[in-house]
Amino acid sequence: MADYTYTLLIPLIPLFMFLLLGLTGHKMKPVVSGLIGTSGLGIGAILAYATAIRYFWTGHVAGTSYASIKAFEVSWLHLTEKLTIHLGVLIDPISVMMLVVITTVSLMVHIYSIGYMKGDPGFYRFFSFLSLFSFSMLGLVLATNIFQMYIFWELVGVSSFLLIGYYYEKPSAVAASKKAFIVTRFADLGFLIGILMLSFNTGTYDFQTLTDPHGPAIASLGGAAFMGMSVLTWSLIFIFVGGAGKSAMFPFHIWLPDAMEGPTPVSALIHAATMVVAGVYLVARLFPVYALAAPDALHVVAWIGGFSSIFAAVIACTQTDIKRVLAFSTMSQIGYMMLSLGVSGFGGEEGLGFMASNFHLFTHAMFKALLFLGAGAVIHAVHSNEIKDMGNLRKYLPITHITFLIACLTIAGIPPFSGFFSKDEILVAAFHSNKILFAIEYIVAGLTAFYMFRLYYGIFWGKKTHYHHTPHESPLVMTIPLMILAFGSVFAGFLPFHNLVTSDGIGFESHIDWMIAIPSVLIGVIGIAIATVMYKNESAIPDKIAATFKHLYNWAHRKFYMDEVYLFVTRKIIFRYISDPIAWFDRHIVDGTMNGIAGMTVYAAYAIKGLQSGKLQQYAYVFVGGTVILVLIFVYLT
Amino acid sequence: MNILNLFIVIPILTVVGIVLTKDLKQSRLVSAIGMGVQMILSFILVYLYLKERATGNTAAMLFTYDALWFPTLNIHYSLGVDGISVAMIALTGIVVFAGIFASWKVTYLPREFFISLIILASGVFGFFISVDLFTMFLFYELAVIPMYLLIGIWGSGPKEYSAMKLTLMLMAGSAMLMVGILGIYFFSSPDHTHLTFNLLEISKIRIPIQMQRFLFQFTFIGFGILGALFPFHTWSPDGHASAPTAVSMLHAGVLMKLGGYGAFRVAIFLMPEAAHEQAWIFLILTSVSVVYGAFSAAVQNDLKYINAYSSVSHCGLVLFAVLMMNQTAMNGAIVQMISHGLMTALFFALIGMIYGRTHTRIIQEMGGLMKVIPFLGVVYVIAGLASLGLPGFSGFVAEMIIFTGAFQHVDVFHRVITIVAASSIVITAVYILRVVGLLLMGPIKNDHFLHLDDAKWYERISTITLVLAITAIGVAPFWLTNMINFSLAPIVEKLSAIQITSLF
Repeated sequence: MADYTYTLLIPLIPLFMFLLLGLTGHKMKPVVSGLIGTSGLGIGAILAYATAIRYFWTGHVAGTSYASIKAFEVSWLHLTEKLTIHLGVLIDPISVMMLVVITTVSLMVHIYSIGYMKGDPGFYRFFSFLSLFSFSMLGLVLATNIFQMYIFWELVGVSSFLLIGYYYEKPSAVAASKKAFIVTRFADLGFLIGILMLSFNTGTYDFQTLTDPHGPAIASLGGAAFMGMSVLTWSLIFIFVGGAGKSAMFPFHIWLPDAMEGPTPVSALIHAATMVVAGVYLVARLFPVYALAAPDALHVVAWIGGFSSIFAAVIACTQTDIKRVLAFSTMSQIGYMMLSLGVSGFGGEEGLGFMASNFHLFTHAMFKALLFLGAGAVIHAVHSNEIKDMGNLRKYLPITHITFLIACLTIAGIPPFSGFFSKDEILVAAFHSNKILFAIEYIVAGLTAFYMFRLYYGIFWGKKTHYHHTPHESPLVMTIPLMILAFGSVFAGFLPFHNLVTSDGIGFESHIDWMIAIPSVLIGVIGIAIATVMYKNESAIPDKIAATFKHLYNWAHRKFYMDEVYLFVTRKIIFRYISDPIAWFDRHIVDGTMNGIAGMTVYAAYAIKGLQSGKLQQYAYVFVGGTVILVLIFVYLT
Repeated sequence: MNILNLFIVIPILTVVGIVLTKDLKQSRLVSAIGMGVQMILSFILVYLYLKERATGNTAAMLFTYDALWFPTLNIHYSLGVDGISVAMIALTGIVVFAGIFASWKVTYLPREFFISLIILASGVFGFFISVDLFTMFLFYELAVIPMYLLIGIWGSGPKEYSAMKLTLMLMAGSAMLMVGILGIYFFSSPDHTHLTFNLLEISKIRIPIQMQRFLFQFTFIGFGILGALFPFHTWSPDGHASAPTAVSMLHAGVLMKLGGYGAFRVAIFLMPEAAHEQAWIFLILTSVSVVYGAFSAAVQNDLKYINAYSSVSHCGLVLFAVLMMNQTAMNGAIVQMISHGLMTALFFALIGMIYGRTHTRIIQEMGGLMKVIPFLGVVYVIAGLASLGLPGFSGFVAEMIIFTGAFQHVDVFHRVITIVAASSIVITAVYILRVVGLLLMGPIKNDHFLHLDDAKWYERISTITLVLAITAIGVAPFWLTNMINFSLAPIVEKLSAIQITSLF
């Protein structure tokens, strides 16, 4: 078996960069700190590509399954006789794929940020946080066991928190970072409970042991039943709750749109391409357990994914902040991936959904990062996030325009761009499993094409907006990453994923099912056509339609009032009806009792202090009086 | 000379040294040197301890020293340490050292201040190295009494009230402890001939179950009051709010740990049957502490109150874990004690430093401080993240060990209550981020804050020491847990040998 120990360096280099920049960055010139961070990721990316090539092609005997290799492992913390937390590096198809995704996007974002963040006083801080994030995310995907994953899961969460709140003087950014952290933390509680239950019942954290189709975890299928489902199913549902939190699945999605308060490169890296797909990765990582031992849990995954995808797509059609459109689009696309996992079986062609999900994860990372970075270039040029402040920018930003168009075509599923291939596989997988989910995905495909082109026309075509300063194209340091990602978006679809990333490590034959692909392309084209009619040139149609479906429009525009629901729960219920009464109870009842005891002591002391007056006459008086009473008692009562 | 004696001798020498000094500069220097030596000594002790264990010495207590002190009652000055007390001593060494630097600018009666502080510290050290219950109790009182003076004289706000409240409530605890310890003493020998206060000897015999039921409550609640057991925790918010910085640090950092340590070492270790029987009551109370403290912290506006309630929550977790009575959870309890001790000391140090600059502790009156005092701001964020259990810091390690350990019980009661306690991780995040958001982020609300100075060198020493310790445990917890585990094993063996007759 090949030696992959060096892969340990891939996460460790960013960690080193984080410490270096975090501790000494304030003494460096901004550009130097940027270059240091970027070069660290550059080395990481080279190593990741080398690993991928070696793992998938040169080191692999054709026709055999891809091995799951523990490249490195140390014991970190011994918990019980059976349970020990290890830290290590696991090399298998999905982790290698994620290595490529993360290092690629992260490197692009690093390069882009050198231009985008230029002149920002916290330049080094930004790069050190980016390095911290890259380290955490790489550690997460390389985890050999579920506890290591949880550790890095939390670290990823905190890097996301730090980067969303990067502009810490802006109250909205602070609120958004807080919201993101707390909502995902709440979901992480589910993850933790899931880990506790799973590890207790299986006696291991180790992924290889857990996911072994003949291993103890899957063999303990029966388990004790609780409320109609096995304990294993429950624990997997809890684990999925954690995944749903990070991946912004309904109803935990509310943090994602607000997270757009962070700098745009951060949105591209964390909230589009890498961290938000951690939930998908988590389910994919435990996929054999889900598929073989807990199909009920997998149904939950499928339905949550399906619902989230249509829910977000509808909202995306009505948003006016370009980053929020993209955020809801991300949520919708991740819903696709979840759904795809949810409808998949295990092994061979049964596992088509698994392959499709990872495939889509891969292509989505490329085109969504591209969309966000493109949006960043636009924001950079016009200093606004609102579509109404844009329009007709294609002349001013030619490179951004072309790359953005490529990304839009890709996400709309137009062949031969990569989105077409990955989406088609998902649709096929859904078709063979559940017709309702399949129908939902068709609708979502149409909506996606529509809202993406609404966005595209709103930015680059449409009305002639008057700009105070003529918008100009971004510097090369920003446009080169756009071009590279555009290249990836166009050609990633030709990667033979069905031979590389499969549920059981064995490749299978996969071909495009034109019976499903042609209608889906048509739906995409119809969505684009409608958007073209409505938004290419300034027209009154959108307003009319919004007026006709006023209620629906308002509901969607206000994101179905989910934010209000959350505010109600947190402000009203948690703060006003739980915390405030508890604090009052503590001060007045519990502490009041203590003060009451003290008060009674003082009162009692006052009450009896007359007995110790020290006046001899009083003592004599009481003494005589007492004697008289006693004498009377003895005389008359005995 | 036995190394453990030095832990008493050095504070005494330091106190003598301070008496001879004339002003603040000299007395703080003497204190810093004395406590610096003490801290180094505690590290040496850890090293010697590990070395001794490596040679295969498996005695329950190492470096034992015994001198008969009061023959009539068979009271000994008896010392000894195991992995648990060594860890606690290292914690105390670090916190006291940091505390001295956090009180670098005490201008009012500095000599008396440092003397009281060091007497307090010597009480804590003495408590952790004692094997004799009576001596242990003596040191315990030695630690509690100076607290009254420190808060009453150097405190702020309603300091007399707070000092009185804190001392009286802790004294009530002491009274209960006294009953408990004497009760244990009178049943420390099956034939009532060789009564002893020695912990190890008592642990070998079995105290009659009827007495255990009675004495367990006394000792557990007695120590529990110091460990902020609900509903006897209310001294904590008031006491901390009025106490000067270093006193809050020491109190929350180490003194509250005496409660957890004592509950474990005396109440549960000596009366395991009663512990098994009554654990469920206290488990409910402690899990209430954990969640209730966190919820209360979420709506407080005074930084010290927030941290005091947060301590209620975190110390609740210590007692909670101790009551789970299995190896993993108890290990977690000890790690949590150390972790919380360091974190809360760091918090109180920072709060003191911020208060010294802004002259307010109300979070709504501050804002945007990150911009003007970045060093303190960053350290505050680190402390906050450590407190909410971020991996890489000690809090995460402790909490995970506790939850995993507690979840190993097969019955529904223990598991449900574990999940209840675990839910505090979310509420903790809420109140920590609320403070960080209001205090450090956002625009600067008060123009006076535009020209604050960032941390001075002595403040940096204080905070960096604590941050390093928190990170060291968070990154490499294995040496600590191994050290504790080794000493826990015989205790847990004793506990698990008992037929469980609890309600659940």
